[in-house]
Amino acid sequence: MAKEALPVAAATLAAPPPLKREKPGPLEYMRRWPLQLMVGLTLVFLYLPLLTLMAFSFNDSRRNIVWQGFTFKYYEKALSNESLIEAFVNSLTIAFFCTIVSVVLGALAAVMLWRFRFPGKTAVEGTMALPIVVPEICLGVAMLVFFARVLPWPMGLPWPLNLGAITIAHISFAFPFVATVVRARLSSFNRELEEAAKDLGASEWRTFWDVLVPHMQPGLIAGALLAFTLSLDDFVITFFTSGPDTITFPVKVYSMLRFSVTPEVNAASTILIVVTVVLTAVGLHLQNQKPQENKA
Amino acid sequence: MEQSWKQAKAAFAAIAAPPVLWLLLFFLIPIAVIWAYTFGENVGPVTIDFTGTFANYARALEPLYLGIFGKSIVVAGLTTVLCLIIGFPVALAIAFASPKMKAWLLLLIMLPFWTNLLIRTFALIAVLREQGYVNFALEWLWNNASGFMTLIGLAPLGEYEPLTLLYNNTAVVIGLVYVHLPFMVLPLYSALDRMDRSLMEASLDLGAGHLRTIWAVVVPLAAPGIASGVLITFIPALGAYLTPDLLGGTDSQMIANVIERQFKRANDWPFGAALSFLLMYLTFIAIAAQAFVQRKAERRG
Repeated sequence: MAKEALPVAAATLAAPPPLKREKPGPLEYMRRWPLQLMVGLTLVFLYLPLLTLMAFSFNDSRRNIVWQGFTFKYYEKALSNESLIEAFVNSLTIAFFCTIVSVVLGALAAVMLWRFRFPGKTAVEGTMALPIVVPEICLGVAMLVFFARVLPWPMGLPWPLNLGAITIAHISFAFPFVATVVRARLSSFNRELEEAAKDLGASEWRTFWDVLVPHMQPGLIAGALLAFTLSLDDFVITFFTSGPDTITFPVKVYSMLRFSVTPEVNAASTILIVVTVVLTAVGLHLQNQKPQENKA
Repeated sequence: MEQSWKQAKAAFAAIAAPPVLWLLLFFLIPIAVIWAYTFGENVGPVTIDFTGTFANYARALEPLYLGIFGKSIVVAGLTTVLCLIIGFPVALAIAFASPKMKAWLLLLIMLPFWTNLLIRTFALIAVLREQGYVNFALEWLWNNASGFMTLIGLAPLGEYEPLTLLYNNTAVVIGLVYVHLPFMVLPLYSALDRMDRSLMEASLDLGAGHLRTIWAVVVPLAAPGIASGVLITFIPALGAYLTPDLLGGTDSQMIANVIERQFKRANDWPFGAALSFLLMYLTFIAIAAQAFVQRKAERRG
């Protein structure tokens, strides 16, 4: 839910208003030491575990405790662990298909709710918000039962079709997030533009594609990024829908953790953290660029 | 102005059908099936009869499971309170920071939850275990304090006993706070950022101290933001599965762990379904309570 706030941060990063160089006013709480200390401690609390994990993935010792020297051997180990690589590829594949379908469904849902008045709209809106608020565990067990009893997903399908059940489950919780982000973007759209396009003879489809979609683009990118990370991150729902030959990265890491805490897991986790941070940075960059290009 | 669906029936159908059908097929039907299971009975290893029994709900209300529900609510509530205590000053500081600083701080707060939940929980294990950093730091302080005591002529403190911070309820609460802190900071920040600052200035000019201004002016003004921060921290914390599973001990089971066990090990799907629905109802009650607070605050404002 709170991930929606990222575009706000992105927008602030993009255009920082000129810095004021004045004496600290009474309300500049960030310049007061108790609050500085609080913010500092919070950041340490948030980052110390992650940075430790990343640092110790290079530690030349099986027991993660004392620094023994720099090594890449756990990366080599992680990268030559076939089932880990397979799980990682599965995760990326699921995230890829989940993102595409979620963006399409989410965008359509946003346009539907933004453009039309129809009977039962409040009910549809409320239902659309349900996947966001329903506890993950409930959705997970619902998907487990659904794919076990109602729509048994055939075993032994060729890749990537064997990942279908997990992908469907991911889309179900990801696309309402996309819809929320895109709808927020649509609220700034001037409906007269659409009418103008139609007056000038554009068809329904052309208006949608040439007028509405370009306006939605930053929302679509933010939504895609959100869907991708939600899917890549998800453990609980995947845990209930994955079978023995459809392991995803988090599920694999979980079973490795249950088995033993090794630096190999640190190395694998570091790779995933770096992938996520890079993707986020790229996404933010793309999102920031678009409005500026439009202005220029 | 919104268009009536009758004016463009074909376009409406084309736009509305895919998301609505998806939601129906792959969300509402699975949930409905689970709901049906709550009234079912195990008659064989894999066969379940839908007998319309309330036995599953009755069993869920037995003291054992009621206790786990109660415990989950207490743990999630404690997590929320701690997040609020830590998150409020942080959000306040960010809201009043310089614009550039603000953007960076927001990014720093948000970045951890773009990293995998499982990995974050795993990272916490290395910090909290008996040979982890928290214990190293405490041992260092302890030994120094002990040295200081000898220096001033008192008896030394003795050997440092490492604190057991993992595999108990404390670890679960620390883990949940760690994971959910950004959920609290962001809505608080957006409420504090939108607030009319002249009211705070007025309060300070009229002689109220900072703490009093925050308590009497800022908190009431930011009440809707606080309420939504509380809600979006409480809901996922209540249904948390991974944190109690990885950081908790045998007595730190939360409701999600019990549900998982019914489906994966105990193989009692109807009972697990009933527990999930009770968890869902609790979630809806929390949302309704938040909506109620919000409406009340709006009416007053």
